[in-house]
Amino acid sequence: MSGIPHDHYEPTSNGAKWLHKRLPIVGLIYDTLMIPTPKNLNWWWIWGIVLAFCLALQIVTGIILAMHYTPHVDLAFASVEHIMRNVNGGHFLRYLHMNGASLFFFAVYIHIFRGLYYGSYKAPREVTWIVGMLIFVLMMATGFMGYVLPWGQMSFWGATVITGLFGAIPFVGETLQTWLLGGPAVDNATLNRFFSLHYLLPFVIAALVMVHIWAFHTTGNNNPTGVPVRTDSKAEAEKDTLPFWPYFVIKDLFALAIVLLVFWSIVGFMPNYLGHPDNYIEANPLVTPAHIVPEWYFLPFYAILRAFTSEVWIVIAANWITGGIITAKFFGVLAMFGAIIVMALVPWLDTSRVRSGRYRPMFKWWFWLLVVDFIILMWLGAMPAEEPYATWSLIASTYWFAYFLVILPVLGVVEKPLAMPNTIEEDFEANYGAKNATPAE
Amino acid sequence: MFKKLALSAVAALALSGAAFAAGGAGHVEDVDFSFEGPFGAFDQNQLQRGLQVFTESCAACHGLKYVPLRTLGDEGGPHFSDAEVRAYSANFSVYDPELDDDRDARPTDHFPGSSLENAPDLSLMAKKRAGFHGPYGSGMNQLFKGMGGPEYIYSILTGYTGEEKEENGTVFYENKAFPGGWIAMAPPLYDEQFEFNDGHSNSMHHAAEDISAFLMWTAEPKMMARKQTGFMGAIMLAILASLLYLSNKRLWAPHKPRKDNA
Repeated sequence: MSGIPHDHYEPTSNGAKWLHKRLPIVGLIYDTLMIPTPKNLNWWWIWGIVLAFCLALQIVTGIILAMHYTPHVDLAFASVEHIMRNVNGGHFLRYLHMNGASLFFFAVYIHIFRGLYYGSYKAPREVTWIVGMLIFVLMMATGFMGYVLPWGQMSFWGATVITGLFGAIPFVGETLQTWLLGGPAVDNATLNRFFSLHYLLPFVIAALVMVHIWAFHTTGNNNPTGVPVRTDSKAEAEKDTLPFWPYFVIKDLFALAIVLLVFWSIVGFMPNYLGHPDNYIEANPLVTPAHIVPEWYFLPFYAILRAFTSEVWIVIAANWITGGIITAKFFGVLAMFGAIIVMALVPWLDTSRVRSGRYRPMFKWWFWLLVVDFIILMWLGAMPAEEPYATWSLIASTYWFAYFLVILPVLGVVEKPLAMPNTIEEDFEANYGAKNATPAE
Repeated sequence: MFKKLALSAVAALALSGAAFAAGGAGHVEDVDFSFEGPFGAFDQNQLQRGLQVFTESCAACHGLKYVPLRTLGDEGGPHFSDAEVRAYSANFSVYDPELDDDRDARPTDHFPGSSLENAPDLSLMAKKRAGFHGPYGSGMNQLFKGMGGPEYIYSILTGYTGEEKEENGTVFYENKAFPGGWIAMAPPLYDEQFEFNDGHSNSMHHAAEDISAFLMWTAEPKMMARKQTGFMGAIMLAILASLLYLSNKRLWAPHKPRKDNA
């Protein structure tokens, strides 16, 4: 599958040959597992496995939870309590699923920022990146709808606020919102369709994950140097790479075990720490909570949504130019989706020829500022919509857009990159020594 | 319909309280409960005393509609004997649609809901009132001091100043812990109100601690099982991680001669 020359599966027994002629599935599995992988991958490359595990965990726990859950406004909250009290192991399953979503997003954010630092989005891996962004958006949709299912106060009001965003779209907004909700407000129809879609989307994600893997197995993995694997001959390629099995499988499993150790401890000892206590209050359409706060993993984008109020000059300008079509609320919605779209377009916004941030002295600073910016946005998203948070949100949101739309395009032109190793082998040996060198006595 | 609306209005009252709590209003005291921390466990005697406080005081107005009576016999909970649970259940009467009449509750039934309309159900009180993420919204008190809903309940029960006021025919009582400072619930506990079988102190503060612990159990009845699963899983994952670390090291050693020599 990959463009890197390597050994392919050769069936030996008659049975294997018979099957291989008809369905080369063993060959597919062999090629997937034995793919040559740059041997200098560092620990930032382990989150892909963590993410694959998260998807499996969420699907397995979710299917079992669905056996005991009732998607009805009068019964949903009680059915979750039923799972917590009466279903064997139900309390642990539910906490695994609930915190599994947090682990999923924690991992995906590190995975995305790793891609941003090492330029994993650059040619020829644009498709991998775009598919990854699609997965990320679907994850957000799935996570959001899943949070509605327990039918607590935050479920209900979160659903009301977020679906209300679609209502801000000019002309078609209200119709669209009603169509999404299945009625004029969040109600039983909404809960039912969210349950249905919450069950469906993870399988769409699973399919896209396969496409994601297929894409980067075609181009080969990026690596910390950004220097491509030599593909002229098998002998050369073998100097730069090691097969995925067993080298990276064992390495990734070790990392996964450490991550799960922390995860399991959180589930066992403080499972509600990341949740909002109001969601243990049954949904009540007549009572609005004082602060409607989304789950922590939505906070950065929620902060961007709220940053652009009707007092910001660019919002006023947009409103004036479009003759009032773009309202402050719609502007906020555009900004929130825009924040993800600019990230998705980064393969074409980054003008630098150098792939890895390791050899980009100026880029490094701006990149780490983006990470800090992201964390600050996360904190701001949880704060009430008042000063000084409003101004800070605006500054932080502006930096997010500036990074992708101004800094990355300009840096590629003005920055003088550092010297890079010629090959992955050279980088690896600089750290770990040459394989064939005689050890000094 | 009217009943639903009235209930919602009542809930609204109760909820506005919760919302304020999230904002950090009201003073919440830290109490060292036995169930805090990774190895903290419920004190069976305390839960039994807490049930007594609930039965003799709270149950007059409040319900525990999500709690099945049989769970009073659960290990890791109050752990009453079967006979005790059966006898206790018979204190309540429930409506049985098959008989089309009320009958004595059985262990398979749940506790009744609140009998007073504006008294919130207490099943999950200890989990839904944990929103004072202090200081500065950082959640550090919750993380390091183990402060949560039980502390809030304790603080409400012991937070009365003795001041009262009447508004639109309702009497409100000043309370240091309640968000907004005025609560509709009259002070429910006083010294020497209960006679505990285990001879434990029946001062108001102790009774408040007991009922708070009991309500933590009603909100999180599987806490002990959960912590045990967490502990076992963590040990096994630690062993697995160690083995994988060694495997990984050995696997890569031939490719990393310099590290091997170091």
